[in-house]
Amino acid sequence: GPGFTNIWSEPEPFTLVVSVRTGGCEGYPDEGSNESCLESFSQLVYQDDSSAYFVNKTEIEDYPRFQFRGLLLDTSRHYLPVNSILSTLDAMAYSKFNVFHWHIVDDPSFPYQSSTYPDLSNKGAFHPMTHIYTQSDVRRVIAHARLRGIRVLPEFDSPGHTLSWGKGQPDFLTPCYKGDVPSGSFGPLNPTLSSSYQFMSDLFKEVTSVFHDSHVHLGGDEVDFTCWKSNPKVQAFMAKMGFGSDYTKLESYYMENILNITAALNKISIVWQDVFDYHEHIPKDTVLEIWRGTPAEIRAELGRITLAGHRVLLSAPWYLNHISYGQDWRNAYTVQPQNFSGTEQQKELVIGGEVCMWGEYVDATNLVSRLWPRACAAAERLWSNEKKTSSVERAFPRLKDFRCTLLRRGIQAEPLFFGHCKHEYSGL
Amino acid sequence: MWLFSNNDAPIGSERYFKYIFSYVNEQGQPRSRVFDSELRELQVLITSTDPECDAYPSLKTDESYQLEVDQLKSVLKASNVWGALRGLETFSQLVYEDDYGVNNINKTSILDYPRFSHRGILLDTSRHYLPLKVILANLEVMAMNKFNVFHWHIVDDSSFPFLSRTFPNLSQQGAYHPYTHVYTPVDVKSVIEFARMRGIRVIAEFDTPGHTQSWGKGQTDLLTPCYSGSSPSGTFGPVNPILNSTYDFMTSFFKEISSVFADAYIHLGGDEVDFSCWKSNPDIQKFMEQQGFGQDYSKLESYYIQRLLDIVSSTKKGYMVWQEVFDNEVKLKGDTQIHVWKMNPQYQDEMARVTAAGFHTLLSSPWYLNRISYGQDWQDIYRVDPQSFNGTPEQKKLVIGGEACLWGEYVDATNLTPRLWPRASAVAERLWSDENVKDIGSAYSRLEKHRCHMVRRGIPAEPLFVGHCGHEYSGL
Repeated sequence: GPGFTNIWSEPEPFTLVVSVRTGGCEGYPDEGSNESCLESFSQLVYQDDSSAYFVNKTEIEDYPRFQFRGLLLDTSRHYLPVNSILSTLDAMAYSKFNVFHWHIVDDPSFPYQSSTYPDLSNKGAFHPMTHIYTQSDVRRVIAHARLRGIRVLPEFDSPGHTLSWGKGQPDFLTPCYKGDVPSGSFGPLNPTLSSSYQFMSDLFKEVTSVFHDSHVHLGGDEVDFTCWKSNPKVQAFMAKMGFGSDYTKLESYYMENILNITAALNKISIVWQDVFDYHEHIPKDTVLEIWRGTPAEIRAELGRITLAGHRVLLSAPWYLNHISYGQDWRNAYTVQPQNFSGTEQQKELVIGGEVCMWGEYVDATNLVSRLWPRACAAAERLWSNEKKTSSVERAFPRLKDFRCTLLRRGIQAEPLFFGHCKHEYSGL
Repeated sequence: MWLFSNNDAPIGSERYFKYIFSYVNEQGQPRSRVFDSELRELQVLITSTDPECDAYPSLKTDESYQLEVDQLKSVLKASNVWGALRGLETFSQLVYEDDYGVNNINKTSILDYPRFSHRGILLDTSRHYLPLKVILANLEVMAMNKFNVFHWHIVDDSSFPFLSRTFPNLSQQGAYHPYTHVYTPVDVKSVIEFARMRGIRVIAEFDTPGHTQSWGKGQTDLLTPCYSGSSPSGTFGPVNPILNSTYDFMTSFFKEISSVFADAYIHLGGDEVDFSCWKSNPDIQKFMEQQGFGQDYSKLESYYIQRLLDIVSSTKKGYMVWQEVFDNEVKLKGDTQIHVWKMNPQYQDEMARVTAAGFHTLLSSPWYLNRISYGQDWQDIYRVDPQSFNGTPEQKKLVIGGEACLWGEYVDATNLTPRLWPRASAVAERLWSDENVKDIGSAYSRLEKHRCHMVRRGIPAEPLFVGHCGHEYSGL
């Protein structure tokens, strides 16, 4: 907070003056907050061989290139204990990440304990008591994040990625058909029932009040149309609405409704790029997130989305769940988020990006070493001036040192290459 | 529930009691009987007159055991303590918790023994120093997976953490840090004893003549000075094979090694020798001429290896070498074990060649677990069969087993355990179980449960795929 902080008393008295420019300490971090000066200071302090602490005379004026520097965790493919999330927030703060994108539910499990619909987690979580996030857990995460200047962006992805929702909410998912009879399996959310929209409205009313962020992520990705196509009631609905056999129209119809729900709750929506790809007429303030494609396809998508006047986030090149042998941090580092054909105005619509740690192969046993220090490469790309930080060779020694700093702070960041830190990880 | 053994020495029964029952809620009151049959004791019987309690396990150790679990009598029989350890581990894995939190075990009759007698894990403590605790923790997981060899690739180019009594300068100058990043004689002793108590052999590898950059820091004139034209360039290459001082050093050094490490075998390395430095050095060129080696530097390599092997033989140890030593036609003793590690040429062909020449061989090529990739790569690991090459049954008998290798370029204490486990468990089953145990679907569901078992014991073995364990990892 604001005020004076005496750090050392010898050999010279040292005063660190921290003044807060906007909002003070009580508010919730908004997109414009600058909160990282204490973090920078802490990284300037170093130890010599006799373990005395030093800091060089320094003058820094610093601000981030992008205002949205996010990290996604997936707590549906594997449950992540609350402590895992809290320690991730700590490490995020060290790298000046400022948005925690909580992909909280998905097909495999529904760990979010809803006060409006408690059966969602009772029936949909991996275990109704040990593998859930209570309201208290959620509040704890939000508070921990806030104290580190990190926003918590919840994602309740629909209409696809919702299998676990159907366990606690009957008649919510579309029953798939084999010929004339239900096959027993289910597909995406049923967009033909008004009960679906009532449910989503109630759910988002709760979600937006629990998570105070100005934005909410609605998902909208990877909707498989086969189940919808097989269902006679859905076919009838398509006919009634005049959609023909174009199921992207059905998906658009659904998303439009949900976007209206969240707009009525005064929230700005973020959706995956699929929603734009299928439906170019979405509310102007909707933020799109690019998650797939070759580098050329990504550049093209950046161009298209910003040409349409939407703000865009980039996560496609930062899917850190995709591991490979060797120093792949370099790939994350050399991403150029504004390198696409477009006007200056278009480029300004790129508001940032996200590291994604999808959970198919990740849980508390390997989360930390898989995320860090690789995510730091993306962190620098999102904060720093691109021209000044384009050299991988010059970044390596700094990242190597920073990794040792993370270790000292108890973050189990894996090594970049062979070598050693003065203080090795010992948190067995 | 008591574990009785018929000799006085503890063979792990205390440890296994903890593994099985440490999660039981001790409420201090006797539980009222839920079922008719309550298993009250497991008798452990060592059948041979020498239980080998104070011995070290070896390649020839009999690890077989027989386990009978019945409501009237439960017995674990083995000829020695090593078999009993394997049986206790199996027994611990058969115990399961039901929905009431009661521990159960089904009526069981097992006769078990390993398919291969050398089932190893290689750790590299040169590219990254591994704190002692990490090595010991890994030995615990190895025992849980019935691995019985810890191949300690202790030094290499990057650093020399082994504190040698005879040549203390090696680690003084060659370790990443001479105090915090070394293995003292006490450290080494504790690794060996900790391993022994789990039926695990410790085979040290001191790889030469390549992979020795760190040796040169504390032992001047050991490495070959490279030349740029007619003057030394300042850099160094492999061990200098033409100096007598080299062989004097190796004699003293390996005398110490053979007394520090109790196993009957030492791994001498011998891989990836880069000839360019030797070629540049005029003294070596002269030596090549004198010896009549022409321009064939593999002959020089063989000359060095031959002398090294003679030195090591005089310590009465057997030796293991990487495949290059065999490929370069060095004269090897009959009981030499050839370690196949390359993918090209095809490792199956190499196995065929090595066994056709009458040598014992181990396989590591498809089991380089440091090579990570996205997805369920344990399946490829599982599908390997070390005996699937063209050869006679006699040749196939010469395959003594294999090793999963976790090279350390990108691995240290922060990520070792989840990177190694549970993928190494796939290797473990391949090396222990019958070759017909190979159905992937069945392996998946068993490995999923086994992984949750490891997590339950506090081991951060990473997930195979989407899902959950009853008790998640919480050792943050």
